[in-house]
Amino acid sequence: MSGGYWLTIVEGSWLTLSLALCSMALAVVLGLAGAGARLSPLRPLAWLGEAYATVIRGIPELVMILLVYFGGQDLVNRAAALIGHEDYVDIDPFAAGVATLGFIFGAYLSETFRGAFLSIPKGQAEAGFAYGMSRWQVFRRILWPETVRLSIPGIANNWLVLIKSTALVSVLGLPDIMFHAKQAGDATRQPFTYLLLAGVLYLAITSVSLLALRVIEKRFSLGVREVRL
Amino acid sequence: MILDFSVIWENLPQFLHGVRVTLQLLLISLAVGFVWSVPLALMRVSGSPWLNLPAWFYTYVIRGTPMLVQLFLIYYGVAQFEAVRASLFWPWLSDATFCACLAFAINTSGYTAEIIAGCLKTTPPGEIEAARAAGMSRLQMYRRILLPSALRRALPQYSNEVVMMLHATSMASLVTLADITGVARTISAQYFLPFEAYLTAGAFYLVLTFLLLQLFKAAERRWLAHLRPQRR
Repeated sequence: MSGGYWLTIVEGSWLTLSLALCSMALAVVLGLAGAGARLSPLRPLAWLGEAYATVIRGIPELVMILLVYFGGQDLVNRAAALIGHEDYVDIDPFAAGVATLGFIFGAYLSETFRGAFLSIPKGQAEAGFAYGMSRWQVFRRILWPETVRLSIPGIANNWLVLIKSTALVSVLGLPDIMFHAKQAGDATRQPFTYLLLAGVLYLAITSVSLLALRVIEKRFSLGVREVRL
Repeated sequence: MILDFSVIWENLPQFLHGVRVTLQLLLISLAVGFVWSVPLALMRVSGSPWLNLPAWFYTYVIRGTPMLVQLFLIYYGVAQFEAVRASLFWPWLSDATFCACLAFAINTSGYTAEIIAGCLKTTPPGEIEAARAAGMSRLQMYRRILLPSALRRALPQYSNEVVMMLHATSMASLVTLADITGVARTISAQYFLPFEAYLTAGAFYLVLTFLLLQLFKAAERRWLAHLRPQRR
């Protein structure tokens, strides 16, 4: 195993991490929007949110990635040609990766946020109203912090799945851990060594995430009694 | 109209063949993975660290790394070793279908073992006490009470795992197999219609996901009937 290749793979983990972080940020925004839509009393909005969550969760990530990157690029160019645009439009693979993963995990997170919101005991909001708080105050002071706390296990799970899903974006040619590992393996004819290194790096990222998420969960559950069975 | 689905329509038989390949991959890997996951789950709930730790390590590593890495390690990786290429298993290990099934089975066994172990741990104490009171041996208790009870209660979580696996089989297209995604890739390259091809693939997966979920709903109605609230 020569040093040069080893380094490129480790460098690839920056791309993996930034891809995962950007996608997660987008997913949280879309997840909140999706959960808001699904909980909305407006029928069409609720229906739209429901359709988003159902359809996206029924399609493999790889197919979505291929559809958005190759299909999207193709569609944009066909549309551009139709309105008389001559140049070929390129989609940035990083942006496509973030958009796709964010869109997919937004659907999963909308389920998490919705579940968290629905599992807040009714009495809490009622107590807020009894104190004379406005609807907005009840939401901001009571429902929102509770939603955040109750969503953390779900967010944690989705984060772990998301990190592993970023490996798929290497098929778009993005130089992440997986891409470099495959290249190094092909170049040196030692695919096992380099793919194993990639596996170890992913395991390191998920392990650190697990530890960090445990700390965060503790922090947000301060003042909540722990149930022991 | 800027979309052109006539090519997709003409190539529908190819897509249907892709569905067959996808379902074959799914069934084989689920079956093998399930058989492998039950002993793993039993090891995971064992009090002995000699049994517990190796199983914990296995599921931790499998669940902590991307399936793509596992698949590539098996398909591209093992060929690195002369001993493997000279061995009896080489005809199998150089076959994409075998490698994909093996990687998928190993992957799903890790997740399934944790699901089953979780359900074993949450067995109502009364069931175990009743089995002891009836004078069952450990083996009898596991065979007659613990496993059937845990496997039933694992159904809802297992249905999620099965859907995840259905979606994961799309990675088989990355090791040259012609599953639904593989067919879409070929058609997309042949006719240069990536949008229509991948959209069609997505639709097929959506329908399959929906069918699988219906199947599991029926299974839950059948095997979890005793846990449903009584309606008079």
